[in-house]
Amino acid sequence: MATQLKRTELIFREDIDYSALMRKIMKMGKEKFIEELIDSGLRGRGGAGFPTGLKWKIVKEYPDPIKYIICNADEGEPGTFKDREILDKASEKVIWGMALASYITGAKEGFIYIRAEYKYLKTKLRIAIDRMEHNIKSLGINFKLDLIFGAGAYVCGEETALIESMEGFRGEPTNKPPYPVNEGYLGRPTVVNNVETFVNAMIIADIGAEEYKKLGTKASQGSKLFSVSGDCCKEGVFELEMGMTVQQFVDEFGDGDTKAVQVGGASGFCVPRKEFKNTIIGFEGVPTGGSMKVFNSSRSMYNILENYLIFFEEESCGQCTPCRVGTQQLLHGIRAVKRKEKPKTYLDELLRLAYTMKYASKCGLGRSVGNAFTSIIENFREEIVY
Amino acid sequence: MISNAEEFIAQLADKHGRKRESLLPILQDVVDQYYYLDESYMVNIARELDISTADVYGTASFYSFLGINEQGKHVIRVCQTIVCDMKRKEDIIDAITELLGIRPGETTHDGKFSLFYTNCLGSCHKGPAMLINDELYGDLTPEKTKDILVSYMKR
Repeated sequence: MATQLKRTELIFREDIDYSALMRKIMKMGKEKFIEELIDSGLRGRGGAGFPTGLKWKIVKEYPDPIKYIICNADEGEPGTFKDREILDKASEKVIWGMALASYITGAKEGFIYIRAEYKYLKTKLRIAIDRMEHNIKSLGINFKLDLIFGAGAYVCGEETALIESMEGFRGEPTNKPPYPVNEGYLGRPTVVNNVETFVNAMIIADIGAEEYKKLGTKASQGSKLFSVSGDCCKEGVFELEMGMTVQQFVDEFGDGDTKAVQVGGASGFCVPRKEFKNTIIGFEGVPTGGSMKVFNSSRSMYNILENYLIFFEEESCGQCTPCRVGTQQLLHGIRAVKRKEKPKTYLDELLRLAYTMKYASKCGLGRSVGNAFTSIIENFREEIVY
Repeated sequence: MISNAEEFIAQLADKHGRKRESLLPILQDVVDQYYYLDESYMVNIARELDISTADVYGTASFYSFLGINEQGKHVIRVCQTIVCDMKRKEDIIDAITELLGIRPGETTHDGKFSLFYTNCLGSCHKGPAMLINDELYGDLTPEKTKDILVSYMKR
């Protein structure tokens, strides 16, 4: 099939002289680059979408001599593997992106918090870190970067839980405020950004906000890495412009019999076939951290939903009741309906529970369980019941 | 064995420091060395860092990669999340059971292998996937899985 999607090749481009680029930014000045970053419209690529330029600005202006830069590489969302691909194929760009953040904000120390499942990348990253530290010293910038490994907890991808984990505690999210930009790691102002965000900051430093804005749509600028898997004609990581419709995506990647696409992983939304044409992938439609899972008509949506709920039930940190009990009850609930122990109207009660979790849970994990749950129940109710 | 472990833990505390943020790196190194966190190790770690044993246990038990029950030398983690599930991860589990005689959650009698389900390994495009210790294996078939395990039997 002829490709309709606009492909970009920015993220994995490796012909960049990082030291020269850094010198260019130093000449440009910190204020000017932050303006550039804000102007570019770059929003965090972990999924929440906070404006990156603003985040760096807040940390820069915070009057504290000790600040930290953290790269969130605790990629655990089901169906997401683009961060691993970046760390594997463009590790230098991530590390220099962190160095750039350190120069802009005045942080002297940084950490890459990487999930235990990706430990096989350790040697490669260490070599890239050593090289960067050596090169940046010659530019007169002092920046020390270290690797910290997670220990198998999805919730640690939530920035406050990640910080708790780095501090040696259970990875339980804390209340916001205080936000990490004010009181982060060890109580100091901290920039926590996703792997892909640091890379995008480097791209903006390289090509400038003007060029960058030409990609994507008004609400979702730049290109984005998508992790494509499931019933596809091709799987893997693809860099595409944001703002395409699900239909365009399915035409390119589907196997011709696509029933539904789960956009944004287990905590994202399930888009059924009838909505493909009018659903935009991006902040104006269905937002995504990059996970795109394609299901064809041979798949049971009940199995998919049950699999997600098992995931959430295991990964809920358990500190707040709506999430701890809610995830269990949703799982027990759909099983009971399937076994005919509960009437099918029980699903409406479960939908209300999912709604409550969305508002009463402490962090994004509990709040987003309802996304997949509600979108699957609403569109595929008969598959859940029968 | 225990006096060795005590020494080892003291060395780790020297290396990583005795602050609260040193706890996870120490726990991770102990698991690398002894495969799981025996109660006596947690007591030692608590003493080194001057925190309560309950606190060490509470922290360790939060993380799925810090085993607090007896675990084999080689830990096999088979991805159970949706795409690997669709790509027949159960066949991989069955192949492992056939070869090693253990089901998920169990350890072989010789203490060489433990088998667990794990959540998304970030290898959906190469599913079904599994992790053995730190090594990732994708595009598995029952035959391929058995070949990989045989190579670990010799280690």
